Amino acid sequence: MNPEKPLRRVGPTGLAVALGLLIAVLVGGVLVGAVGLAPGRVLAELVDRLPWVSVDSGLSRQEAAIIWDLRLPRLVLAALVGATLAAAGAAYQGVFRNPLADPYLLGVAAGAGLGATLGIVSAGAASPIVPGAAFAGAVGAVLLTYALGGVAGGGRAGTTLILAGVAVAAFFTAVQTFVQQRHADTVREVYSWILGRLSTVGWTEVGLLAPYAVVSVVLLLLHRRLLDVLAVGEEEAETLGVGAARVRLVVVLAATLGTAGAVAVGGLIGFVGLVVPHAVRLLAGTSYRVILPLSVLGGAAFLVAADLGARTILAPAEIPIGVITAFVGGPFFAVVLRTSRRGWGP
Amino acid sequence: MNRKALVPVAALALTASLALAACGEGPAAETAAPPAGTFPVEVEGTLIPAAPQRIVSAAASHTEILYAIEAGGQVVATDQFSDYPEEAAGTPKFDSFNLGVETVASFDPDLVILSFDPGDLQAGLAALGIPTLLLGPPVALEDVYGQIGALGQATGRIAEAERLIEEMTTAVEGVVTAIPAGAAITYYYELDPTLYSLTSRTFIGGLLARLGMQSIADAADDGSGYPQLSGEFILAADPDFILLADILCCGQSAASVAARPGWSSLAAVEAGRVVELDDDLAQRWGPRIVDLLREVAGAVHGGETG
Repeated sequence: MNPEKPLRRVGPTGLAVALGLLIAVLVGGVLVGAVGLAPGRVLAELVDRLPWVSVDSGLSRQEAAIIWDLRLPRLVLAALVGATLAAAGAAYQGVFRNPLADPYLLGVAAGAGLGATLGIVSAGAASPIVPGAAFAGAVGAVLLTYALGGVAGGGRAGTTLILAGVAVAAFFTAVQTFVQQRHADTVREVYSWILGRLSTVGWTEVGLLAPYAVVSVVLLLLHRRLLDVLAVGEEEAETLGVGAARVRLVVVLAATLGTAGAVAVGGLIGFVGLVVPHAVRLLAGTSYRVILPLSVLGGAAFLVAADLGARTILAPAEIPIGVITAFVGGPFFAVVLRTSRRGWGP
Repeated sequence: MNRKALVPVAALALTASLALAACGEGPAAETAAPPAGTFPVEVEGTLIPAAPQRIVSAAASHTEILYAIEAGGQVVATDQFSDYPEEAAGTPKFDSFNLGVETVASFDPDLVILSFDPGDLQAGLAALGIPTLLLGPPVALEDVYGQIGALGQATGRIAEAERLIEEMTTAVEGVVTAIPAGAAITYYYELDPTLYSLTSRTFIGGLLARLGMQSIADAADDGSGYPQLSGEFILAADPDFILLADILCCGQSAASVAARPGWSSLAAVEAGRVVELDDDLAQRWGPRIVDLLREVAGAVHGGETG
């Protein structure tokens, strides 16, 4: 048992490839959009903002606003959301040693859905309280799952927690459906929130999410070695002096913080947290020291690319980003699964 | 003091007139004449055996039409959105989104009017022998006139319906002929804050086209007539006017629009050409559609129109 080897082999190359991919989709994302702007002018507009550089881009005021106030914050937000969800998914898969784990495993999605629905019903979809309500619902659901897992016994073991999460998610979803049914006139707002939305975001949302995303991702990255130890089994980890329950608690809290923030500003974007870590695992190795950093970069690149599709495929209309992530992510994952010889497991 | 003293007198007068009305006209506690159509009558494929006295209206648009053609006294229940005129707001209410056959039947209606069928409601009511009219959203003003005519026939208010159609036609003509000729005015019409809009092909879009206005969403039509636009598209289109139909539903305003990322660069925002429409007027296709037309004409063409 030596998890060092795969890391040494693919680490630097993998990181460089993932970083290059992210930069490529970011550049693509700023150049291409619903409205055709000449790439040269867009680049000139960007360069113009650099200190001591003055270039006339020839863009109108509205076109400049498209770049600075619409495209850039959206790209940054997509990257933050993608990175956070993928990191959280990878961490969940590691800490629960379950290939089906994703960031929504312990009820985050159902809790956020209920919070957002209550917010939309009481104050309208555009109200600034909606993200806060979604965040509170997400965190509340996970705390409830933990409490329930503890009451159910089993010392908050992985399986007990997952089952508690199922119960909490079912309950919250039922309440959410009931509330939505009682306020049928808001169905479209609730629905569009559930399908994920990055369409109306600006720098405000970036500012809201950034602290949670950074704290969450950094905490998860710091735990990548412990996740490798957990991967060999909880009892083995205990003999090595690693408390499985404590590591799980910290990882789940960090992942929840990031996921709740991502969901609060971006809605429920599925598939990123499930597929990206698996794709990384299949392509680059099974050590969490490789999986976590590559998932952060890969998740960001994947969501930026998906959002690019959401913005342009039916332009000027938009496709909900959750549709793109599932539609593209599903077949992509099938191909990776098919072409890779690696299986699940340590 | 004077006003207080007047209240009991007015109340007394009202009671007296109600009593008189009740004596003279049977169940319909209204001063309007009894329905005068021919029955049985077939309207839109539905057979109505006798002049309805217990109408259930499941759409605010139809409720407004019924009251405008003096069939309000025949209405016994309306949906939760029917708040105009005031008498309609006071009728027993039901939730039109979760409407079941039993709920409708509990009002013991002899005519039910639906604007959409949430699922086999019309068939279920037909099985109970309750005549049901399904009058869906119109695509042109002529469809509204058609529905008014149909409701006139169905309620025995044919003459009143014809009068209403004539009034509306004249009023629309009045507004339209006062519009100065000129290049088409472009507009962005907002249905909700997620940037759903409508094209000139839709009912509202068709009305606005009569005012010499063209929707920027025409270039983004996805076939539905109600495409969701992207912020980029709206900024690049830089419309002459922004019409907000999400004031009541979603708390939007000229100020909240101006605060959106990038929107302050829009000419319409800078020049204060953001029009806050009455959501209710904009969503209904009743007689007050004329008021909506006047509101927009006034905002867009200024004092040049009545």
